[in-house]
Amino acid sequence: MLRISGGKVYDPANGIDGVVKDICIAGGKIVPDVNAPGSPEPRSGEGGRTIDATGMVVFPGGVDVHTHVAGGALNFARGLVPENHRAARKFLHTPERRAGLGGMTPTTFATGYLYAGMGWTTVNEAAVPILSARHTHEELHDIPLVDKTTLVLMANNEIVMDLLEAGETERARDVVAWLIWAAKAYGVKAVNPGGVAAWKWGKNANALFQPVEGYQQVTPARIISSLASIADDLKLPHPMHLHCNNLGLPGNFTTTIETMNVIDGHRAHLAHLQFHAYGGDDWSSMRSESARVAEAFNAHKHLTTDAGAVLFGDAVTITADGPWQHLLHQLTGRKWGNLDVENETGCGIVPYVYKDRNLVNAVQWAVGLELLLLIDDPWRIFLTTDHPNGACFWRYPEIIQLLTDTEFRKAQVKQLPAKAQQRVVLADLDREYTMSEIAIITSAGPARSLGLSQKGHLGPGADADVTIYHEKPDDGRLFTYPRYVIKSGEIVVEDGDVRATTAGREFVVHPTCDNAIEEYLRQIFPKIYTMSFDNYPVEIERLRHAQIQPCQ
Amino acid sequence: MPVTLRLKEPPPVPLEAETLTTDATALLSHADIRALPVNLGKRQRRLDDFFDVDGERSDEIEIHGDATRVKWIGRGMTRGRIVVRGNAGMHLGSAMKGGAIVVDGDVSDWLGAEMTGGSIHVHGNAGGQAGAAYRGSLSGMRDGTIVIDGGAGLEVGMRMKRGLIVVRGPVRDFAGLEMKGGTIVLAGGAELRTGAWMVRGTIISLMSIQLLPTFSYACTYNPTFLNLYAKQLASLGCHLPLDDHEGGYQRYTGDTCVPGKGELLIWKPRA
Repeated sequence: MLRISGGKVYDPANGIDGVVKDICIAGGKIVPDVNAPGSPEPRSGEGGRTIDATGMVVFPGGVDVHTHVAGGALNFARGLVPENHRAARKFLHTPERRAGLGGMTPTTFATGYLYAGMGWTTVNEAAVPILSARHTHEELHDIPLVDKTTLVLMANNEIVMDLLEAGETERARDVVAWLIWAAKAYGVKAVNPGGVAAWKWGKNANALFQPVEGYQQVTPARIISSLASIADDLKLPHPMHLHCNNLGLPGNFTTTIETMNVIDGHRAHLAHLQFHAYGGDDWSSMRSESARVAEAFNAHKHLTTDAGAVLFGDAVTITADGPWQHLLHQLTGRKWGNLDVENETGCGIVPYVYKDRNLVNAVQWAVGLELLLLIDDPWRIFLTTDHPNGACFWRYPEIIQLLTDTEFRKAQVKQLPAKAQQRVVLADLDREYTMSEIAIITSAGPARSLGLSQKGHLGPGADADVTIYHEKPDDGRLFTYPRYVIKSGEIVVEDGDVRATTAGREFVVHPTCDNAIEEYLRQIFPKIYTMSFDNYPVEIERLRHAQIQPCQ
Repeated sequence: MPVTLRLKEPPPVPLEAETLTTDATALLSHADIRALPVNLGKRQRRLDDFFDVDGERSDEIEIHGDATRVKWIGRGMTRGRIVVRGNAGMHLGSAMKGGAIVVDGDVSDWLGAEMTGGSIHVHGNAGGQAGAAYRGSLSGMRDGTIVIDGGAGLEVGMRMKRGLIVVRGPVRDFAGLEMKGGTIVLAGGAELRTGAWMVRGTIISLMSIQLLPTFSYACTYNPTFLNLYAKQLASLGCHLPLDDHEGGYQRYTGDTCVPGKGELLIWKPRA
């Protein structure tokens, strides 16, 4: 039994907002406090350790709904940016810790240390092609301290698209279900629907209602609505996770709002909304359209999103959105990596620097914050930077500071180029996030969106993932260095140092499908893939700490 | 009085000594200097495990002994002076911002890589990648001076953006590779592919060198701006011929396959 005593508890999922109360932990779970007044069987001297959390705040462990921490694309990016590794924070080998490097694309072990060191205990790797799922799970196994989920890339999968073209929606549903389990994934990711398939013809899919290159019937809108309905149909705990078309382009907010209308009636999560809320006709006239995007989003109650906020400084852009990455490479002249993942997807990598003197970058910086402030329900927008695209995840505390301190934020807006200040509305926003709202956008909200009922709260039965911060830290910036991080009931971080490294679990789903679908895939597979069908699915034994979440 | 370090014996594997800078010794007491952390392989050790230390609180350091396997000396230093009375290892003066480094013997690769200021004078030979960009970086040295009295290895001044490199001995292949600015003076000639992929900047060779076919000949002349260079270089012990009666510089531009606007000036004595 571990008791956290005297801390101010923020547990918005259970309606607790800054109440001083004890949290008790046993067997890796939160348990009822037997010493609480009115408890049925008061006991004393239960034994075990007590953490004195007086003067501290107690949060449920952070949950990252959209990040890129493992897999073929990230590993390619690691290889592409050796200059970042030299500048990165070093993790020297210690008895508790493996060696590694932080930076833009941290090594596997360091990823776990950095996330847990900041108080985050669950992460969602948001883009996995089935063909590199095995590799991804091997890397995830080496990310200690945090629990993981993965989303499998589906919106440019040619088997699925061919079935949609032929109008075989039922079979498409079974294929998606089979592929999710084959990849041992947790949900469906859609990246630039149709655009990456078109990229193989040197094209993109910029219009939602025009057929994708190589197809007559299939349009991006069709792919989006089909996948959203399939995800709902399969009762996946997390809905379709969508990276909309036209990411990063001036004027793309219309596509984003159209997309919301296309999804209408289904659940969906719109990833990194910041990259999809721009107005203007070209780079010189680009401006923020966060107000209109937020207004549309506020009206679509079945959607969730994450910020994908940008911070000034170095980043590495990694995405399955191959055509966009090629454009970014042409815009910046920086080095470019491109991967072709057979029939499934593509991938592009371009190192990038967000500069505060740059008009476009300044608008991007503002848009991420504006969306966080203009979307009124914190249960529907979550804190992310689309790591490592907008900034590294270990810079989240900087965004929290911008959200909780209006004066500081406004002072930062004044530093932007005058031209950029006219293109954004951030200076007019006075909203200040409360502690409880921070707990929602960093933990309770994303956990609910991911359908992980055991995460993101501190009620009895929840996983004992708890982060305890000083209420008034010495450097004035809350959430940078947790005093304690508890993962599954074990104290893993104390005063910013990793004390113990436990392995994290991997949550997967096993949606039901017609068993005949395997035979169907087995027939067509040798004609279109370079590997044998029997080697294609990842065996469940490969995942050493797998836990199957129900589809209900 | 400088902080004097005497190497007890050469370390068996490279010693990572990036803590050994004048900025550190300027502020530290004798005991603190002795306790500076250095890495031998993956083990963290103390500086005095390897060096006998004299002196304290000085921004001058004098190193005695064969420090061939001591890496990163003077990394990022901003002030003062380091004198190495022997050889030094890789990455000497890497990313330095100011101050001076003088080496009596030879140094290894990555001398003054990505430095942004200050000066380095090596009396012996240098390895490859002097003043270069590290792998993956956009630019190498951005200011400052490197003078090498002996020869140097591959990729001298690779991707350098500004500053001056003078090599009095021969250099090997790819001097000025992907150069973006600054000046390289090659007094002792060069091997192959000098200035490959250069975009801007100046490479002056006092000896005839083999050129890439992607450099095109412009004219032969004695550029007036070299008067200024000659004065500066004379103070560094390097003579730049300027007299019309002695000869002229053949100017080549390139590398046209990038395409670049760099210049190669090759001294041709009058026949």
